[in-house]
Amino acid sequence: MAGLLDIVGGLLMVGGTAFLVFGGLGLVRMPDLFNRIHAGTKATTLGTLLTLAGAACLRPDWGWKLLLIAVFILSTNPLSAQVLARAAHRIGAAMSVKTRVDRLEEDQGA
Amino acid sequence: MILTAMTLFLCAAMIGAALFAVLGRSLPIAILAAGLVSLVASILFLVMAAPDVAMTEAAIGSGLTTFLFFFVLGRVRRGEND
Amino acid sequence: MAEALVSLAVLLAGLAFLLALWRFLAGPTAADRVVAFDVMTVIGISFIVILALLEGRGIYLDAALVYALLSFLGVIAVARYLERGY
Repeated sequence: MAGLLDIVGGLLMVGGTAFLVFGGLGLVRMPDLFNRIHAGTKATTLGTLLTLAGAACLRPDWGWKLLLIAVFILSTNPLSAQVLARAAHRIGAAMSVKTRVDRLEEDQGA
Repeated sequence: MILTAMTLFLCAAMIGAALFAVLGRSLPIAILAAGLVSLVASILFLVMAAPDVAMTEAAIGSGLTTFLFFFVLGRVRRGEND
Repeated sequence: MAEALVSLAVLLAGLAFLLALWRFLAGPTAADRVVAFDVMTVIGISFIVILALLEGRGIYLDAALVYALLSFLGVIAVARYLERGY
């Protein structure tokens, strides 16, 4: 039954792009840089993976190429976010006033 | 219909990013805005049904040019301090 | 049914791009703008996949593949520049 797979694929694409919107919303609303990295990277990675899954449901013959894109995103996106967060911590980026604990600073101080 | 609206929005975003790159004060931010122009240009090439040009723009404009400009900017800044 | 859902997905991707563009234009520091640039690249990959679905041409996915491979290069260059100055 191809109609059911089409509807599931469409719903997965709408859900994935909704997660992209949530990532963008977190990027706008979060108070400091580290929260923005957190919101932007995690939500958009999940959103893109859901979109790729929906595309694979709609066109099953593109499955391998979409899987390759998903593997590359899953390996490079957290890498860039981690490198950027470490650089921002080293240059002393401003944290939100509600920040209670900074484990990286404690580890480097000890 | 929806694709036309999206194309117009992407054109507006591209012009905004290009103006930001030209009129901005800071050099690293201008390089980032140029990379953003390249990203939107690549998507617009795809809309105009030119996937090979879009692939080249993605590899050169977004990857290599940003990397090279920041490398050169770092070398220039370090030379000024000597 | 599926066509309408994909059109809604295009609209939501455009909204996400707009929000990230706002953070890019308004971000107080350079690192905020780098985060917005990274998010916009990921949204661009998603948009290219939706565009390939709408046009029905699988060759468009190669551009998304190139972006998925190369998007971290620019961010790593900026992070190195911010961290060490070269």
